[in-house]
Amino acid sequence: MATRDTDWDGVRLHVVTGKGGTGKTTVAGALALALAADGRRVLLMEVEGRQGIAQLFDVPPLPYAERRIAVGPGTDAHPGGDVFALVADPESALIEYLQMFYGLRHAGTALAKLGVMDFATTIAPGLRDVLLTGKAAEAVRRKDGSRGRTYDAVVMDAPPTGRIGRFLNVSAEVSDLARVGPIRGHADTVQQVIRSPETVVHFVTLLEEMPVQETLDGIAELRALGGIRPGAVIVNMTRPLALPPRQLQAAAAGKLDQAQLAIGLKSAGLDDSHGLAGALAAELAEQARTTLGQEEQQQRLNTTDQPCYRLPWVSSGIDLAGLYRLAGALREQKAA
Amino acid sequence: MMTGRPSPHLDVDRLIDDRRTRIVVCCGSGGVGKTTIAAAIGLRAAEHGRHVVVLTVDPARRLAQSMGLTSLDNTPRLVRGVKAGTRKAGNDAEAAGSLHAMMLDMKRTFDEIVEAHADPDRAAQILANPFYQSLSSSFAGTQEYMAMEKLGQLRRADEWDLIVVDTPPSRSALDFLDAPQRLARFLDGKLLRLLTAPAKVGGRAYLRALNAGFGVVTGVLTKILGTQVLRDVQTFVSALDTMFGGFRERADYTYQLLRAPGTAFLVVAAPEEDALREASYFVERLDTERMPLAGLILNRVQQVPAAHLSAARSLAAAEVLQAGLPADTARRHAGANDDAPARQLTIAALQLHADRMTQAAAERRIAGGFTAAHPLVPVTEIPAQAEDVHDLEGLRRIGESFDAN
Repeated sequence: MATRDTDWDGVRLHVVTGKGGTGKTTVAGALALALAADGRRVLLMEVEGRQGIAQLFDVPPLPYAERRIAVGPGTDAHPGGDVFALVADPESALIEYLQMFYGLRHAGTALAKLGVMDFATTIAPGLRDVLLTGKAAEAVRRKDGSRGRTYDAVVMDAPPTGRIGRFLNVSAEVSDLARVGPIRGHADTVQQVIRSPETVVHFVTLLEEMPVQETLDGIAELRALGGIRPGAVIVNMTRPLALPPRQLQAAAAGKLDQAQLAIGLKSAGLDDSHGLAGALAAELAEQARTTLGQEEQQQRLNTTDQPCYRLPWVSSGIDLAGLYRLAGALREQKAA
Repeated sequence: MMTGRPSPHLDVDRLIDDRRTRIVVCCGSGGVGKTTIAAAIGLRAAEHGRHVVVLTVDPARRLAQSMGLTSLDNTPRLVRGVKAGTRKAGNDAEAAGSLHAMMLDMKRTFDEIVEAHADPDRAAQILANPFYQSLSSSFAGTQEYMAMEKLGQLRRADEWDLIVVDTPPSRSALDFLDAPQRLARFLDGKLLRLLTAPAKVGGRAYLRALNAGFGVVTGVLTKILGTQVLRDVQTFVSALDTMFGGFRERADYTYQLLRAPGTAFLVVAAPEEDALREASYFVERLDTERMPLAGLILNRVQQVPAAHLSAARSLAAAEVLQAGLPADTARRHAGANDDAPARQLTIAALQLHADRMTQAAAERRIAGGFTAAHPLVPVTEIPAQAEDVHDLEGLRRIGESFDAN
C-alpha cells in the first residue's frame, strides 16, 4: 500500500455534511472513491434512508449490510481498493445492538413489528443519533484478524449542516435521556471515537449565501462543542470564468467590449449576423455577476482557516465518470 | 428537446388573482428555492391588490431582512416597499394590497398548543419533561406539524385573504404531508397507551389480559434506557393524555383545510434528478390524497441567449482560437495586428456558452422525464438568476417571470 501525504493522514472517520442541494452525497461518494485508491478499503455509509448512494453509483437499492459497490482509482503498480456501502437505519441498528449486547434477536424483530422500534428511535432524545453514529464508530474500530482494521476509512453521508452538531454530540443529547445505564455507556464509547483525532467533519457548500452561512455556523458550532474537529470546506459545482479581473468587472457591469467579441468570432470563423456577439456578451455578463457574488462568498469562507477544496461543475450531470473525475480532483488537492 | 407534447402552462398570475384562492402551499425537496418562490408569489399577489401573509420556515438571512424579518418570532410583520397596482393595464386603479411575512418558531407554536389545552400546572409539567423537549424541538416531523398548525391558526384568524406557505426544508417533500398524521398517530397510539398502563391502578391485570408481548416491550426498553427513562416517558404520556383528542382534532382540521377548495399546491423543483424525483412522488401523492395540485414550478432553469450556437460548434470554435494563440506571439513581435485579447475573451465566452448549452440540454432531458410521466400537470419555468435573491426587487423579478411565458 503506497503512503501519500494528504491533509487527513490518520483520519479514519470522514463525516460529510452540507445543506440540502449542495451535493453532499455526491461529494461523500467521490471522497470514498478517492480514499479507496492504492488498495485501501473504504466504507461509505448513509444514514438518512434515501438510497442516495445506490442512485449515485447506479446500483440496486442497498440493504442494511455492507456491499462492495465500486473500485477506487488505481494504477498497475497500485491497483485501486474497494468501496463498500452501507445504508444504516436506526431501527435495524437498534435490533443489531440488542442482538450484539443482549442476544435479543427474535425479541427485537417482534418489537419492530409492534412499532416499538419506531417509537424508541423516534421519541427518545438522541437515541436515533447514537445508534447511527454508533454504527459508524463500530465500523471504524472493527478489526478482522489478518489485516488489522477492517476499513482504512469510513465516510459518512451525514445529516444536513443544520443538524450536524446535535447529531454528533450524542453523549450530551443522550444524557438527558439516561444519566446512567447501558445506552449511556454506549454513547460514551461512540463519543470517544467522534472526539478522537481520527474523526473530522467536512462541510460541502456552494458559493451562495445560505449554504455558506450554514457552513460558517456549522463550523462555529462544532468548535463550540469542543473536541469535534471541523475538517475541510468543500466548495462544490465551481465554474471558473477565464477572464482577467478587469474584464470580469466590465462584463458584470454589462460594459464588455462587444467589438472584441465580434473580432474573436470572426477569427474563429463564426457568423455574427444573428447577433451572436451580443448574446454571448449577455451570457458572459450573467456569469460574471455570478462569479463576483461567488468571490464574495469565498472571502467569507476563507475566514474559517479550514482547508478548502474546489470541485468543478459537471455540466452534463453526475454519472460514474463524473464521480471519478471529482475523486481525482479531491486527490489532486490532497483531500485523500 | 422535450419529449412528447408540451405540458400545459401553469398560470400563477391567474391563480393568485383569483380571489377564491385562499391558501397557496409551496412544497418540494430542500435546496430548490421554495422560500424565495413563496416570497415572490406573496409579493406579486400583494402588488396585485391582495392582502397576503407569507409563512416561511427558514429564509436566507438577507432575504428575511429584506422583508423586515429579524427573528423567529411567530409574528406576522408588515413588509414595506410593496407597490400598488402592478397588474397589467385594463383594470381600474386597484386598491393597494399588503404583504405580511412571518417566520415559524416551532417550539413556541408547540408550547402554545400545550398551554391552550392543559391547565397551568400540567402545562408546566409537560414543558419541563425531557421527552416533550425532544419532541418539540427535534422530532422529525414536528416542524411540519407546527407549520400546518400555524397555517390553521392564520386561516382561522381570517385577517388575510391569501396565505402563502413555505413548507419546511425537509429532505423529502412528502414529510410535510405525513408528519402531522404521524405525530398525531404517535401521540394517541396504542403503544403509548400500553406504556402508560403500568402507571395506572390495575394496570398489570389489564396488561396480562391484553398482550403477553407487552412485558417484553417494557423489559427491553428498561434494558436499553433504564428505569428512570421509562418513568419519564410514563409521566410525559400521562401528562399529555388529556391533550390527545386535541392533537388529533387539530391535525384533522388542517388536513381538511388542505383539501378544501381555495387551497392550491405548487410543487417547486430545480431541474435536477433528485428534486424532480421528489416532485414526481409528491404529485402522485397529492393525486392519491385528492389534494388540489395547481402545477409545477421549475425553478432555476438555465437560459441560454445564444441558443442557436450548439455546444459542439462553440467548443470547436474555441479550439480554433486557442490554436491560433501561441503562434500569435511571433506575429505580435512583428507588430502585426494583435487580436490576442479579443481571442482570449472570445474563448472564455465560447467555453462558457458550450457549458451552458450542455447544462441546458441535461436540464431539458431531466425535465422531459417529469413531463412525460405527468403530461397533465401544468408547468412554468423560472430562469436561473445570476445572483442570490435578497431584496424585493429580486423577488419582483421572479414574479415577473410568471407573466413572461
